[in-house]
Amino acid sequence: MPSTLPLGDPAPGDGVLPGQAADGAAGRGFSLYAHIPFCAVRCGYCDFNTYTATELGGGASQDAYAATAASEVTFAARAMQESGLPERKLATVFFGGGTPTLLPARDLVSVLRSATDAWGVSQDAEITTEANPDSVSQDSLRELADGGFTRVSFGMQSAVPHVLRVLDRTHDPARVPQAIEWARTAGLKVSVDLIYGTPGESELDWATSVRTALSYQPDHISAYSLIVEDGTKLAAQIRRGQVPGIEDDDHAAKYTLADALFQAAGLAWYEVSNWARTPEDACRHNLAYWHGDDWWGIGPGAHSHIGGVRWWNVKHPTAYAGRLARGQSPAAGRETLNAETREMERIMLLTRLSGGIQVDSLSAGARHAMAQLIADELIDARAAFAGRLQLTLRGRLLADAVVRRLLPD
Amino acid sequence: MYPTETSPGPVPVQQLGTPVSPMARTAPVPAATDPAIIRNFCIIAHIDHGKSTLADRMLQLTGAVQQRDMKAQYLDRMDIERERGITIKSQAVRVPWEMDGTAYCLNMIDTPGHVDFTYEVSRSLAACEGAILLVDAAQGIEAQTLANLYLAMENNMTIIPVLNKIDLPAAQPEKYAAEIANLIGGEPEDVLLVSGKTGMGVEALLDQIVRDIPPPVGDPAAPARAMIFDSVYDTYRGVVTYVRVVDGHLKPRERIQMMSTRATHELLEIGVSSPEPTVCQGLGVGEVGYLITGVKDVRQSKVGDTVTTLHKPAAQSLGGYQDPKPMVFSGLYPLDGTDYPVLRDALQKFTLNDAALVYEPETSAALGFGFRVGFLGLLHLEITRERLEREYNLDLISTAPNVEYEVTLEDKKVLTVTNPSEYPTGKIAEVREPMVAATILAPTEFVGAIMELCQQRRGVMGGMDYLSEDRVEIRYRLPLAEIVFDFFDLLKSKTRGYGSLDWKADGDQVSDLVKVDILLQGEQVDAFSAITHRDKAYAYGVMMTGKLRELIPRQQFEVPIQAAIGARIIARESIRAIRKDVLAKCYGGDITRKRKLLEKQKEGKKRMKMVGRVEVPQEAFIAALSSDESKDKSKK
Ligand SMILES: Nc1nc2c(ncn2[C@@H]2O[C@H](COP(=O)(O)OP(=O)(O)OP(=O)(O)O)[C@@H](O)[C@H]2O)c(=O)[nH]1
Ligand SMILES: C[S@@+](CC[C@H](N)C(=O)[O-])C[C@H]1O[C@@H](n2cnc3c(N)ncnc32)[C@H](O)[C@@H]1O
Ligand code: SF4
Ligand SMILES: [Mg+2]
Repeated sequence: MPSTLPLGDPAPGDGVLPGQAADGAAGRGFSLYAHIPFCAVRCGYCDFNTYTATELGGGASQDAYAATAASEVTFAARAMQESGLPERKLATVFFGGGTPTLLPARDLVSVLRSATDAWGVSQDAEITTEANPDSVSQDSLRELADGGFTRVSFGMQSAVPHVLRVLDRTHDPARVPQAIEWARTAGLKVSVDLIYGTPGESELDWATSVRTALSYQPDHISAYSLIVEDGTKLAAQIRRGQVPGIEDDDHAAKYTLADALFQAAGLAWYEVSNWARTPEDACRHNLAYWHGDDWWGIGPGAHSHIGGVRWWNVKHPTAYAGRLARGQSPAAGRETLNAETREMERIMLLTRLSGGIQVDSLSAGARHAMAQLIADELIDARAAFAGRLQLTLRGRLLADAVVRRLLPD
Repeated sequence: MYPTETSPGPVPVQQLGTPVSPMARTAPVPAATDPAIIRNFCIIAHIDHGKSTLADRMLQLTGAVQQRDMKAQYLDRMDIERERGITIKSQAVRVPWEMDGTAYCLNMIDTPGHVDFTYEVSRSLAACEGAILLVDAAQGIEAQTLANLYLAMENNMTIIPVLNKIDLPAAQPEKYAAEIANLIGGEPEDVLLVSGKTGMGVEALLDQIVRDIPPPVGDPAAPARAMIFDSVYDTYRGVVTYVRVVDGHLKPRERIQMMSTRATHELLEIGVSSPEPTVCQGLGVGEVGYLITGVKDVRQSKVGDTVTTLHKPAAQSLGGYQDPKPMVFSGLYPLDGTDYPVLRDALQKFTLNDAALVYEPETSAALGFGFRVGFLGLLHLEITRERLEREYNLDLISTAPNVEYEVTLEDKKVLTVTNPSEYPTGKIAEVREPMVAATILAPTEFVGAIMELCQQRRGVMGGMDYLSEDRVEIRYRLPLAEIVFDFFDLLKSKTRGYGSLDWKADGDQVSDLVKVDILLQGEQVDAFSAITHRDKAYAYGVMMTGKLRELIPRQQFEVPIQAAIGARIIARESIRAIRKDVLAKCYGGDITRKRKLLEKQKEGKKRMKMVGRVEVPQEAFIAALSSDESKDKSKK
């Protein structure tokens, strides 16, 4: 069951943005997110907006998808122009899903091409696709690299067979190093995604997964704690007692363990769930989200943000394609943030980064709250003296609590 | 035909108006009724023995309520009475009855059986010459049977013993008739057998009432004197005062005077309940009815007071009547602090109807502004709270109930403590706690178990009597605090449901009492303090700290929970610090969802009460304070 969309204001059919979107846009980066809503099977824990071929009643919509997505690019470029936004080259592009690599590499490349044709792309742009280890080949990865992709993020999740089974992951663990090798040979940077805290996963299992991932020497690792989302198969299994529930303490222990192992292997955290070999290896697309940059998200259910205006597309691929075919915006709703909500989001997002927040940008109340945060060892004292609010390891684990304490009541 | 002031004497039925029922074709008219044809009685019994059901049959047989309007326990009118299937307030009804060709007027009062409402029974008795002592033929005599019988005998009432529910297969009429005869004298055969369910024997009972219960006596020529036995606030009619006329008569538009305060009011309406309010031309000697004066506060029309007339006032009031004394106290707090004024107004309205309810404002560091409210017992507390919540749309927290203590300090100063947080911290010379005289009835086989329970509850045995071969009455003197909460449930479970309990206040005694405080992170939470016997302090401490450990969510730091007597810690628990509170998931561009989650968390934080730095959800307060004992206490 794909996650539900927020409730917002209605979005106009022509996609034109409110005036505030263009304010200061020239100083902000611009990125593109492309959502590919297809998966071979649905993993029991996943509530992303993605569909299997059976759910969509055949492969037809997958075949036509690249063209549909490209048509949103055209729509977007026009709408942005009509909204008075300056011309900006793409700083980063990210293909996410779903499983983007379920589409032929040429389809992904053609969507990318339509975007670079519409906006242009900066010299050192970061262009990533997510991939499942068993949906890539040596050839497809080469084709992606040749087509302009610079980076691939593999959904490895775990190296332990019984954990992969609980997660419904179908890939053969041996496939991961292979795929990484191909990617690297093709000249792509490599990231792997891991999940910790799966029911039945011991700390030793988790250490094994982390060590295994490190042995592949990726440039970047994302480690996510398994979230039991309402409506998923996993949630039902836990409710029925078929698999054990999730323990926050277990997550905390595993996070701490992973952070230590990553650090020992030379990867540093730059966001609560992300570690990179060098600062240049940090995922710039993700950073764009945290920094509140502008991006357009194409595809069903994709979210966009430009200058304090957030919107999201209709969820179902058929409804999405239908809107675009009629020349209408695929947006389902949007919200225009006021100064207060923008500040709230700024704190919520920046707190999670290793760079943290400039103290003098904070309200008096938030600065006042910092004293107790230091006493509770949630933020780093020395950094605070130097004018930055930065989480400690303990603070990373309690980041949401830190954010709540920084916000006004 | 109009009422006259001269008494017409027994009237042959044929001469009176239209037939009202097959059984009583005529009804004597109020204000014109000869005392000789009046019978005033109440139905008294242990809880659930079928008083209200028997009253139903009487309403039906006398034609007071038409077949199509009939519903079970007709006189239980309050929603809460109907939901719980118990009577809380007495109801007086005037019904006609015909015997041997003469029309009589019966004033019947259905009373509550629950021990919390015994004062309602005493009031009702004051309006009657006789009582039907109803006993469930499958249960026999129980504790409130005895208590209510005792009240009736004290008032020199004529008692008609009746076994009810004889339709039940489990009924043992011979056995219990013998038990009753043994208790009140007379022959087992004199005990009437009825079924309130089928109506069997009810006509014979009505005849018996006419034969046995003496008519009221009074002086029709003397200055008016009427006893107020109930006073009810009604939104539409103001205060409705229920009276029983002893001497003289009352008429509409007359000025009446309350003898205790000398306050005078104009009689706007005078009537009888039959059972709907029916306006009449006055009330004469022995009659029962209601008065409306436009008064808005029941305290101006006090139960027990005597009503006379201004133009011809009586010299001597009738015997007084004592207000019931609250026995159990609890703090009532609105969950939402802004509801405080609503609660205040609601309590004020409630006291209009409920002389037993007393309250005064108090504040709690943990719960904010609220009231300390005195109740007759736990059922009274529960019902009041439920009605406040329902009728005024309030969400309330009630603190753990406690009794009233008298604390003497070393400097001889005496304090009355109804709230544990007011318990003095200084040097205490002695503490007195209220005691009760309890009567327990049960089959003999349970005597051992009952004695054990009473001993654990610091009871001292007063005596034991055999009601019959296999049933005993055991009397104990016990601290009120020991019986008012879970005692009855324990008694029931130890006697497999056969034990029954009645109690009444019985002075006080010096006891070794202490105050147990509960501390969160070293900070005292006043709402959780309790006064207990020293021997039980530890158990309370362990119970409460354990409960709170389960109820309070983990915080960003470890939270010690301690129970203490003064500075001495007697129990401790701790809530481990939460270690993870961060959404560590790829949520891509859906920042909105993340922000909404944060907003919701912040909203949730607002509903937390802060105890020092500890965030305690309101639900935790409610759950910790709703002692398991006080749950589901509707029936006693
Ligand atoms: N079988 C049978 N059940 C009866 C009879 N009379 C009453 N009951 C049942 O006994 C229960 C209690 O009846 P009530 O009339 O409410 O008893 P009560 O004495 O008025 O109770 P309180 O007012 O709460 O003290 C109900 O479920 C009645 O239906 C009877 O004659 N036969
Ligand atoms: C939406 S997936 C897309 C990439 C690809 N389909 C895959 O599964 O690897 C992106 C990442 O989100 C993470 N993810 C998905 N559902 C999650 C959940 N319920 N809890 C934690 N992480 C989750 C997985 O680690 C996954 O690699
Ligand atoms: S493959 Fe990835 S996107 Fe697809 S269902 Fe599994 S976790 Fe979700
Ligand atoms: Mg009743």
